[in-house]
Amino acid sequence: MTQTHWRQRVFKPVVWLACLTPAALLLYNGFQGELGANPVETITNTTGIWTLRLIVAGLAITPLRWATGVNLLINYRRVVGLFAFFYGTLHFLTYFILDHQLEFGGLWDDVVKRPYITAGFTAFVLMIPLAVTSTTGWIRRLGGKRWNLLHRLVYITALAGVLHYFWKVKLDATYPVYYGIGVAIFLGVRVWIAYSKKQLRRS
Amino acid sequence: MLIKKAADLRESDVTPKETFLRRREFLAVAGSTALAVATNGLGADFIGTPTALAQNPAAQKLSNLKKSPFSTDEKLNSYKDITTYNNFYEFGLDKADPGKYAHTLKPRPWSVVVEGQCAKPGTYNIEDIMKYAPLEERIYRLRCVEAWSMVVPWVGYPLSEFHKRFEPTSKAKYVEFRTLVDTKQMPGQTEPALNWPYVEGLRMDEAMHPLTLLGLGLYGEVLPNQNGAPIRLVVPWKYGFKSIKSIVRVRFVETEPVNTWKQQQSAEYGFFANVNPQVDHPRWTQGSERRLGEFFRRKTLMFNGYGDQVASLYAGMDLRKNY
Repeated sequence: MTQTHWRQRVFKPVVWLACLTPAALLLYNGFQGELGANPVETITNTTGIWTLRLIVAGLAITPLRWATGVNLLINYRRVVGLFAFFYGTLHFLTYFILDHQLEFGGLWDDVVKRPYITAGFTAFVLMIPLAVTSTTGWIRRLGGKRWNLLHRLVYITALAGVLHYFWKVKLDATYPVYYGIGVAIFLGVRVWIAYSKKQLRRS
Repeated sequence: MLIKKAADLRESDVTPKETFLRRREFLAVAGSTALAVATNGLGADFIGTPTALAQNPAAQKLSNLKKSPFSTDEKLNSYKDITTYNNFYEFGLDKADPGKYAHTLKPRPWSVVVEGQCAKPGTYNIEDIMKYAPLEERIYRLRCVEAWSMVVPWVGYPLSEFHKRFEPTSKAKYVEFRTLVDTKQMPGQTEPALNWPYVEGLRMDEAMHPLTLLGLGLYGEVLPNQNGAPIRLVVPWKYGFKSIKSIVRVRFVETEPVNTWKQQQSAEYGFFANVNPQVDHPRWTQGSERRLGEFFRRKTLMFNGYGDQVASLYAGMDLRKNY
């Protein structure tokens, strides 16, 4: 098989399957009545954590590519990002429908009043333009440079997502801190590389 | 002409579905348990809600329970909900942890040390404590500070009956409770998640209030470990964390005890912790809650709906400051 074949027939289905598994499990357990005593909480937590995981995974792709030289990785950034948006949307809708019964007034009160909601809502809203402009057509229309600039919004989404998680936990902030470290590393690498390039140009 | 009418009630109408579906499992266990219970001298009436027996053969059915006028007629949460969704950090931080890991707790033999400002301090055996007053079934709403709630059929008797035995003196302004510390029985205590032991307290008038229950059972049986066996507090108008579990020490004191969650984060959790939809948690709303088993949130009631009985305890107090 050629590289293209591998990409199309093996890697792509694997990535899709991996990204869909949490949703499938949720659905399966839901039908089995195995989502615990508080199913709404289970759904909210599961979709929330997978949003964050996929955002961190998406952020890891470019540094990994630099580190390993495996340029093939870039082909999966879009799908990972879109799945992050998919879980983020489910997470948001669970909250908006079941906590606020689709009332914008109540949602807005929460967004303004509760820092963890402010952070989470910001993270979600900033993903919308990224999802919309994820197509090849939009990349062409915007031009690579502008498109890249726009998609740096995901850095804010990642930071806001970690804050959202951190502010939500009652006591044990271990996991939010782990995610924070992950985001810090993958953003830090970018800053460091950008800085090195600048130095290189100067010398 | 004889017109046959169907009976108004079926067994499945009065038994939570979970229990009903597990009746065979129960029958299997019941045989082996019957002897043990019979030798304990308890009237072994097995009809009803045998789920604790199925899960824990050591569990005992509590009989001759008085019905209480304080009970709510709201729909009960299932035995499964109540025993698989617990905040009991002594067994782990996840709500499913206590249900999985609390089997290490040994609720018998058990004794409670009573000390401080009272005439009859001492060490008292759980078997005796269970006989201090007639056991009642009390169906109470339970509202957690995390904004979820349940309806629980507790068994116990008023805490005031317990206190009277020890004759607290006029210096006893508050009562402080402590949970067991034993890393073997409570493995979660190897982690410094909270300052062990868990400490809670009540003002004396709160402790003596008729709604305040000394919890000894659940669904007609002795308390399952994950729900705070063998002896716990149930204060239905306060957030759940006030209702301390697995008590080993009761102390009558002059000054306000510093309860565990207040030690932890005094800006978020106070001593009184009365359910109050008008005073939000600094990070989330207390105006509404999710009743387990329901999808949409419902409005939270002042004092968890027990305002008629308890509001007078706090007359003139600023509940915004005394959260």
